[in-house]
Amino acid sequence: MAVSLPGALLARWCLVRLRRGEPAGGASNSSGSTPRAGPEGGRGARRSMASVELRQVRKQYGQTSVIHGVDVGVRDGEFAVLVGPSGCGKSTLLRMIAGLEEISSGEILIGDRVVNRVPPKDRDIAMVFQNYALYPHMSVFDNMAFSLRLAGRPREDIQRRVEEAARVLGLGEYLQRYPRQLSGGQRQRVAMGRAIVRAPQVFLFDEPLSNLDARLRVQMRTEIRELHQRLRTTSVYVTHDQIEAMTMADRIVVMNLGRVEQSGAPLELYDEPANVFVAGFIGSPAMNFLPARLRRTPDGVEAVLGDALGLPLEGCELPDGSALTLGVRPEHFVIGSGAGLPAQVLGVEPTGADTQIFCRVCGTPVTVISRERHRFEPGGMIRLTPLPGKTYLFDAAGGQRIPTRDPRRG
Amino acid sequence: MSATDDGMSYLQSLPRRVVTLYVPLAVFLIVLLFPFYWMVITSLKPDAELLAADGNPFWVVAPTLAHFRKLLFDTAYPRWMWNTLQVSVISTFLSLAASVLAAYAIERLRMRGSRTLGICVFLAYLVPPSILFIPLAAITFQLGIFDTRFALIVTYPTFLIPFCTWLLMGYFRSIPFELEECALIDGASRWQILVKIILPLAVPGLISAGIFAFTLSWNEFLYALTFISASENKTVPVGVITELVEGDVYHWGALMAGALMGSLPVAVLYAFFVEHYVAGMTGAVKE
Repeated sequence: MAVSLPGALLARWCLVRLRRGEPAGGASNSSGSTPRAGPEGGRGARRSMASVELRQVRKQYGQTSVIHGVDVGVRDGEFAVLVGPSGCGKSTLLRMIAGLEEISSGEILIGDRVVNRVPPKDRDIAMVFQNYALYPHMSVFDNMAFSLRLAGRPREDIQRRVEEAARVLGLGEYLQRYPRQLSGGQRQRVAMGRAIVRAPQVFLFDEPLSNLDARLRVQMRTEIRELHQRLRTTSVYVTHDQIEAMTMADRIVVMNLGRVEQSGAPLELYDEPANVFVAGFIGSPAMNFLPARLRRTPDGVEAVLGDALGLPLEGCELPDGSALTLGVRPEHFVIGSGAGLPAQVLGVEPTGADTQIFCRVCGTPVTVISRERHRFEPGGMIRLTPLPGKTYLFDAAGGQRIPTRDPRRG
Repeated sequence: MSATDDGMSYLQSLPRRVVTLYVPLAVFLIVLLFPFYWMVITSLKPDAELLAADGNPFWVVAPTLAHFRKLLFDTAYPRWMWNTLQVSVISTFLSLAASVLAAYAIERLRMRGSRTLGICVFLAYLVPPSILFIPLAAITFQLGIFDTRFALIVTYPTFLIPFCTWLLMGYFRSIPFELEECALIDGASRWQILVKIILPLAVPGLISAGIFAFTLSWNEFLYALTFISASENKTVPVGVITELVEGDVYHWGALMAGALMGSLPVAVLYAFFVEHYVAGMTGAVKE
């Protein structure tokens, strides 16, 4: 049934109803809280705008400030990922959106409503926790039905919603089991089922995949993404894994030390990082950073690495001799033997599709990815040339990106 | 006694190499069970055999139920039993109810000074009853419940509540925070969280606290001795000592029969809940 086309269509239709907070059976909604649109209403018939907006949000624990004035806007239906190293405040921020942490100052809006003082249960959100937080003494069905029962939904309505969510998540046969009888991936699905039966305005995910093994993580990544594509519920997802962020997000918000470093579409961040932190955080293996110095010559401006290589710059306002950081992604090096930066090979790791070469340039470790299969011996010397137009320049002191004109565009 | 029998039966299935365990265990068992054995044979010995200077003191030649008969029909023993049961059950449930609320509040509501309060509760438990009984006697007297079962029902919680609170605090601490946060988002109130999430998960902890509280009040002696003087209001520990020792005459047979019957309900209780009890003392909540 689940794999047949009618079954899939039914499930999809049910989900459209589910997220509007209506019973899927076609009977009139007894609670009558939402105006009904036709079943084919599709995306135009969303019940309300559910954007999430954070305005100058701060958090202090006594004298210690952990979030320093964060502005984030998540549009209706968007899948936003908060990403950053551990301790950067991303989970705190999520918990503030959920209402589990108080806000020291600033405003949080869900839809058009300021929710600073609204308790979690009235925010119309659902949250998936890192350790799933399934109620151990309740069956899968009861876990998923818990919030609906508290809301006083009619019994048939609960039954229907839970069964439909279970079908979508492939949990149909596990409804009577207890969480301890399920595998990690199944528990994860139950946690998600518990969130979707409520058809909330916003989903919040707090590192939901970090307790799973690598293979399952990739699989669940896709499943969550698919689910979002179907439900189109505004989602805020917290992770420390930039690959998760890159693959899942409509918009990534990179956080560090309680501040937003940059926010934008995944490839936007990859191509146009605003500073050293974002450049180094987004992308795997990470971008290489080489110390450089600005030199003004009669011909123009160039960035000099060591004594060897000068990269012509255009449109740079910094004074002569300024310290710079040159960023080059591992895949943006050309390996040659003549010109270029001398690099000492430290190790070579072939992965099949490509080869990673670890080397040292001017005393700085550098990773190079090459499509070709090189057979360099550790200790040997090679020459590396950054691809023209693919380098990034940062102010060595502040770490901010220095806008340079891309020679490719002339 | 049945508690020990049931609890130890798992040893029979252990492999033979573990037999070395049996020697220390046997010593342990003898030390633990000998008082019970002594109670049993003493309560079954006729008076002549009890007081005889010769013969084997560890065996009974002509067992009799005369002491039990005397206990049940010539003294108010059944009444004492009923009193003890009433006092223990009521004060246990009162204490549990108060302790659940106190422990949850101290452990989870993050109020100002909750840690200090937790320590104070523990300190209250450390005040010895031998000091407390004097002011408590005055209070019960002024309340007009002196020499009634109520005197015990309201005073036992003074040591049961701190104890149970402390025990339950530890147990509540082992329940993951996220469960409550999740329930909070799911729309539960604090009270619903306590009733629907915390209490079902804390059942082993509640059982251990309950058993402990019940045992403590069942065996309590000092308050029962000082607050109660009418024979019909006495509890088993006090009744047996005060009414079966006349001057320097010890009715050993009846005394031992009383002690034996008095210890049975607690033993049965332990036997019944032994698994939960162990889980409550050792286990955290497993997801």
